[in-house]
Amino acid sequence: MSDKPSKLKIADREFTSRLLVGTGKFASNELMRDALDASGTELVTVALRRADLSGHSDPFANILDFIDPKRYLLLPNTSGARNADEAVRLARLAVTAGLPSWIKLEIHPDPRYLLPDPVETLAAATILVKEGFTVLPYINADPVLAKRLQDVGTATVMPLGSPIGSNRGIETRAQIEIIIEQATVPVVVDAGLGAPSQAAEALEMGADAVLVNTAIAIASDPVRMAHAFRKAVEAGRDAREIGLAEARTTASATSPLTAFFSEETAAQKL
Amino acid sequence: MSFATILDQLPPAKSPLLRRFASLLEPNDDASFERMAQEARELTRQNFGRTMRMFAPLYLSNECINNCRYCGFSRDNPILRVTLTVEQVVAEARHLAAQGFRQVLLVAGEHPKFVNGSYLVDCIRALRPYFSSIALELGPMESAEYAPLVEAGAEGLVVYQETYDRGSYARMHTSGPKQDFNWRLDCPERAYAAGFRRIGIGALFGLSAWRPEALALAAHLEYLLKRCWRSDLTVSLPRLRPAAGDFVPPFSLGERELGQLICAFRICFSQVGIVLSTREPAPLRDVLASLGVTIMSSGSHTEPGGYTGQGRHAVHQTVRGRILPPDAGIDALATGQFEISDERSPAEVANVLRRRGFEPVWKDWDQALITR
Repeated sequence: MSDKPSKLKIADREFTSRLLVGTGKFASNELMRDALDASGTELVTVALRRADLSGHSDPFANILDFIDPKRYLLLPNTSGARNADEAVRLARLAVTAGLPSWIKLEIHPDPRYLLPDPVETLAAATILVKEGFTVLPYINADPVLAKRLQDVGTATVMPLGSPIGSNRGIETRAQIEIIIEQATVPVVVDAGLGAPSQAAEALEMGADAVLVNTAIAIASDPVRMAHAFRKAVEAGRDAREIGLAEARTTASATSPLTAFFSEETAAQKL
Repeated sequence: MSFATILDQLPPAKSPLLRRFASLLEPNDDASFERMAQEARELTRQNFGRTMRMFAPLYLSNECINNCRYCGFSRDNPILRVTLTVEQVVAEARHLAAQGFRQVLLVAGEHPKFVNGSYLVDCIRALRPYFSSIALELGPMESAEYAPLVEAGAEGLVVYQETYDRGSYARMHTSGPKQDFNWRLDCPERAYAAGFRRIGIGALFGLSAWRPEALALAAHLEYLLKRCWRSDLTVSLPRLRPAAGDFVPPFSLGERELGQLICAFRICFSQVGIVLSTREPAPLRDVLASLGVTIMSSGSHTEPGGYTGQGRHAVHQTVRGRILPPDAGIDALATGQFEISDERSPAEVANVLRRRGFEPVWKDWDQALITR
């Protein structure tokens, strides 16, 4: 093993950190800023609907002032969009407002479970890729949809572990394993990761990165929790690169019981 | 099956969710209440984070053709009335925007002569530069009448049933189109069909016994969640406040019971926003903010022109619905719908929220989502 973990490459950019962090639900913008710092993240997503896109530096919608663009690549997201038209419009508006042309594509028409709409997501991704956006689509853990998005040129696929904010971990494990096996772009497990151990699990499974928001934002100490996720993601990636021992249902003795027989066979041969 | 049919089968026919809701409304001891509160707070944090959405009502008009015994705007109340011009509405809007509000609720009594579709479209268009989110609270309309309002840029509609008890409803609404219970009951579905993305429902507590009232409201919410699946539903639990007409509420909902009710809604409908207005006193609002409330108004005025004195010179008196000839001597604000209780400024409320560990969120929407 080399002593440095490999870098994450999305489109033409390399990242040392494999932890993407969301910016919703924090008790203050200052706490969010400190948690981002502790997480070691280099890729930060912000809901466009919470940002000021008018160019007037609105002091009552100033979330972007707390995210240093020199330090983090800002990943605007289209949360709130309920169809492809709305998502595409928001993405274009973000670029007009001077934000990066990277877009986390989120289209969830059901405001309660926030589950992504596969039909609209594919339609929007197709348009945005053609327009030159670097598209990171949030999807259900659907391997066929992941392939379809990859085929139209998205930079990643971002399957959910469980519904946004649910903290239920990787309930879609079997499907995500297929996505990882088949993907030619980075797989980022997005949504539902409630504990650092679950983030580590995603990396151990072979996910290229994870995105975490709620579990950090609503923790009683978001800064420490962000750091905990950072360590878990690093541990999970290290373990993946080293290779985990296979799980077995029976004990595996370090002094095998059958060694005698192989020695006997060898003796008889002599 | 329409909701009217479901409502008329309550309370015996209840879904498992409503059975749980009803059990949470039962009288409980302090330890049980505390457990409910802890669970409600945790669910709120998980689903909405440590944030509070902020909004303000902007009253356009207090003209009304209905007689509702509890409402200050009732047709027969001899109050000072006005309908703000679009320019006056913009002046009020500027004031609210300067205070930080990016989400506004336009409120008007029901009077098609003064508050009609084209007036509303003009108001919405004129306000778009000031607010990222515009919602409406008006007399119920047809879907076809709502559609131009959505097209103009309104994304939310609020309509409270007031009371789900048909007998109380009939006693409270003594004249005018509001007497049609089912027409109002189906209004959220007409709003959804017209394309409103946020739909607020509620009951006015004090008109009938609170437990069956709350159960019916929860049943309506459960029904709408399944049918209006693309809309963001919110629920409001306003308690009656003193108003012109000196109505005395026949029933009460105590502060502790209101807290219990909010917890029950949060536990059973964990992803549904709960709205809290300035009807409630400041100390209670501060506590309720931690139990499940996700959207708060602040610094509110319930009289048209109340923020900046707009319309003072155009008010007129009505006596039993009849408009008296203009009296040049009148120089006063129009009458409010009800008295507010929390009179703190938006900045004061925001500061208290921050001290209690909430980020006040003023902008949580962008017009770009719905308008080209």
